[in-house]
Amino acid sequence: MNYHCVRNSLGRLVPSEIPGLGTTTPFSGAFARLDGSFLWTASPISRRIPAISTNKVASNLQAAIERSGLQNGMTISFHHHLRNGDAIVGLVLSELEKMGFRDLTLAPSSLGDSHDCVADAIKKGVVTRLNTSGVRGEVGKAISNGLLESPAIIRSHGGRARAIEEGSLKIDVAFLGAPACDRLGNMTGVIGNTACGALGYAMVDARYARHVIAITDNLVDYPLSPKISIPQYLVDQVVVVDSIGDPAKIATGATRITKDPLQLYIAELAFKVIKASGYLKNDCSFQTGGGGPSLAVARYMRDYMKANSIKGSYCIGGITGYMADMLKDGLFKTLFDVQSFDAAVTDSILHNPNHMEVDSSWYANPFNKGCLVNDLDVVVLAALDVDVDFNVDVLTGHDGILRGASGGHSDTAAGAKLSLITIPSMRNGVPSIRERVQTVVTPGETVDVIVTERGISVNPKREDLMARLKDSGIPIKDIHKLKEDIESITGIPDEVPFEDEIVGVVEYRDGTIIDSIRKIK
Amino acid sequence: MMNVFQSHPMRSLLYIPGNHPSMLQNCTIYGADAVIFDLEDSISISEKDAARKLVKHALRNFDFGEISIIVRVNGRDTPFFEQDIEEIVPASPAAIRLPKVDSAADVVAADELISRLEEINGLPKGKIGIQAMLETARAIVNVNSIAASSKRLVGLTLGGQDLAADLGIRATKEGNELLYAKSAVIIAAKAYGLQAFDTVFTDVNDLEGLRSQTELGFALGFSGKAAIHPSQVSVINSVYTPDTKELAKAIKIVIAAREAEQRGLGVIAVDGRMVDAPVVSQALRTIELARLAGMEVAEI
Repeated sequence: MNYHCVRNSLGRLVPSEIPGLGTTTPFSGAFARLDGSFLWTASPISRRIPAISTNKVASNLQAAIERSGLQNGMTISFHHHLRNGDAIVGLVLSELEKMGFRDLTLAPSSLGDSHDCVADAIKKGVVTRLNTSGVRGEVGKAISNGLLESPAIIRSHGGRARAIEEGSLKIDVAFLGAPACDRLGNMTGVIGNTACGALGYAMVDARYARHVIAITDNLVDYPLSPKISIPQYLVDQVVVVDSIGDPAKIATGATRITKDPLQLYIAELAFKVIKASGYLKNDCSFQTGGGGPSLAVARYMRDYMKANSIKGSYCIGGITGYMADMLKDGLFKTLFDVQSFDAAVTDSILHNPNHMEVDSSWYANPFNKGCLVNDLDVVVLAALDVDVDFNVDVLTGHDGILRGASGGHSDTAAGAKLSLITIPSMRNGVPSIRERVQTVVTPGETVDVIVTERGISVNPKREDLMARLKDSGIPIKDIHKLKEDIESITGIPDEVPFEDEIVGVVEYRDGTIIDSIRKIK
Repeated sequence: MMNVFQSHPMRSLLYIPGNHPSMLQNCTIYGADAVIFDLEDSISISEKDAARKLVKHALRNFDFGEISIIVRVNGRDTPFFEQDIEEIVPASPAAIRLPKVDSAADVVAADELISRLEEINGLPKGKIGIQAMLETARAIVNVNSIAASSKRLVGLTLGGQDLAADLGIRATKEGNELLYAKSAVIIAAKAYGLQAFDTVFTDVNDLEGLRSQTELGFALGFSGKAAIHPSQVSVINSVYTPDTKELAKAIKIVIAAREAEQRGLGVIAVDGRMVDAPVVSQALRTIELARLAGMEVAEI
C-alpha cells in the first residue's frame, strides 16, 4: 500500500498516517520534544477488576487465553529476555492459531533468532501487524517482502516504554515468560533452570497491559523469595508449561571477550578515544553491549581503571557477567540492569544489592521525569552501517533485508555525553560507511565518534571533543576521507533496489517517524 | 663482506598466514613495522598453492603503505621452495624470509634464484632482501659464514621452536636455554651490518610473558621480534619504545656531541658522565626508536 508521505528533518520521506498508529509526526530533531515545553498525555487504561483469587493458576494455556478476553484484531505482547532460547512466542502463537485467532497485532519487546515462527503466523494471517524493536531471519524477510498488512513499527526500548505509557501501543494481553513464579503471579527471572536475569521490559508490559498471563516452567511455593521482579498485583493468570525455553540458548555466552584481532583492535581504539575524551574518571557512568568489540572495550577500561584506581558511578543497559565482575571488583558502585546478556548475571542480581533490576521506562523512556540514559557519560555501540552524516542503521543488512534491532541504540546515543560507534570498516567486502544509510535508526546529531580499524571520525559538531583528541595519537580522519580510504579497497557497491511501497517505519524514541522501510525488489 | 642494503628499522614483524584473505587485507592496521606473509609452517600442504597465489595477488594489488612486506617461503629442502620464489619475487616483496638455513650455500642458492628472477622480470637488481632463519645446531655453528654469505642478506633470525627440537631441549617461556644461540646470531648480525630478529613467543594469551621475553631480547641486542598474533605487536613495540627521560637524555647527548665536533673537541661530558662515540651511537638509536614509536622528536 502507498501512504501519503512528508519529508522529515533528515530529508527522509515518512508516512503521515499509519494504520494502528493514526496520524504521525515526522522527526524534527533528536531533542525537539525535550526542551521542556512539549505536553504529553499518558492515556488511562481501563481494566476489569478481577474477583479475589488465591490461586491464579489456569488449567492450561487455552483456558487462560479464553479467560483473558482476547479477540481477533487485539494486541498481544511478549518480552525477549529469554533471548534465542525463547519458546513462549512459538508456544502461544501455535495455540492461538489452533484456537482460530486472526488479525492480531504482535508487540513483543523484540524478536530474535528463535522467532521464525512469527513469519509463519504472518503468512497464515494470525498476525497481521507487528510492533517490535528487532527482527531476524524469516521475520525480517517477511517484512521486507511486504507480507504484513500494514507497516511494521520499529521502536527503541525507551520508545516502546513511552508508547505503552502514553497508550499509542495498547497491549490487550501480555504473555510473560517467568523462569520462576508462584500461584499468585509473583515472578522473577533470576531463579530457576531457565533463569535469564533481569525482566526490565516485561515490567512495563505487566504494569500497562489490560490482562497479564505469566507463563512458567517453574511454579514455586508461595511466596516466591528472596526476589520478586514483577509483583502479583499486576498478574491476572499463571500458566504452567513444560519448558519456557532452552537454557543453553538463554545463556548466550556474551561474557566472553572476542579473540578476533580486528575487533580487539577496534576496541582498543575505542578505549583510547574514551581515555583521551576525559570522561573516564571517578564517578563516570558507562554502557556497553555484549559480544563484538563492545565488551572488549570494557576489558581495556577494566585494566585502566584498576591501574589508576578509578571508581565509576554506574553501568546500565544490557548487563553481562563481565560487568557484574567489574561491580564485584569495586570498579563501579552500581549496575542498573534492564536485561541481562547472559545467565551468569543472575547470581549477581540475587546476591549483590548494588546490582539493581530496572524497568525499560526507567532505563530509557525520554518522556518520564528522568531516565537513566540521560546521565550516561559514555556509551559504546555497534552498527550495521553508518553514513557521512553520522546517521546509523542497525536494521538493514547489505541485501536490503531487515536483520537487526533498534534496541537502546538511539536512546543511549541521545543520552550519553560521548557516544561511540564501533564498526569494522567493511563486512564481506562491503564498506560500512555509506553516503546515506538505508534506514536511519539513530540520527547523526546524537553520534559523536565512529571507530573503525582504518581510523576514527569525530562528528564535526563536537569541536570540544576534537580538540581533546587532537594530540592523542589516535588516527582521526574526516569521515569523507575515511569513506574514501575504505572504498579504495572495496570499491563502491551498487545500491540495493527497493520498491516505493512502505513496509515498515522506524519510530524515534520521542514518537516521531525518523525513517521508512521499503519493500525489497 | 658488508651488507649494502639498508632496510628500515623493524621492531615488530607480524606473521600472517598466507591463505587468509581478510587477514592479508587488514595486516597493516595493527602497528607492526613489518608483516611476514607466511607460506611455510602455518599453511597445510593442501593449501600451499592457494596461499602462494593469494600472497602474490595481495602484493600486486594492495597498498601496504610504509609497512615492509616480507614473505616466508618454504625451505630449500621442500618441493615448494623454487615455485614459491618464482611466483613471489616478481611481485616484489621487501624481503624473502628463508627458513631452515643451515649453511651459506642455502642463502647463496636463494640469492642466485632471486637475482635471475629480478633480471627476467626487469626488477631493480638486489632490491629484494633475504632474512635467513637459523633453526638448527648446524646453522648456529655456521652463523658467521651465513652472515657473510650474500650482499642480499638483510637480517638473521632464530627459529626457536625448531632449534630447541634439534637440540633435544624444551623451549621455555623465558627462553634462557637459547641464550647462546641468540647471542651468536646477534653478534654475527651486528658484525656484518644485519638486523637480528628474536624468535616468536608462542603463548598468545600471555602478554606479560611476551613482554619479559622481548625485554630480554632487547637487552641482548635484537633489533626486533616476530609476532604471531596482532595483540603481541603493541607489547613488542612498547618494549622498543624509550621513555621520555631516556629520550631527553639521548637528545642532550647528541646535541652536545655535535657541538663538541664543531668545536673540534674529542671526548666530552654530559651530566658528569663521559660521552664518547659508542654513547653517541646508543643515543642515536634511542632517538630512532622514539621516532619509530611516533614520539615527537625535533630535528637535531
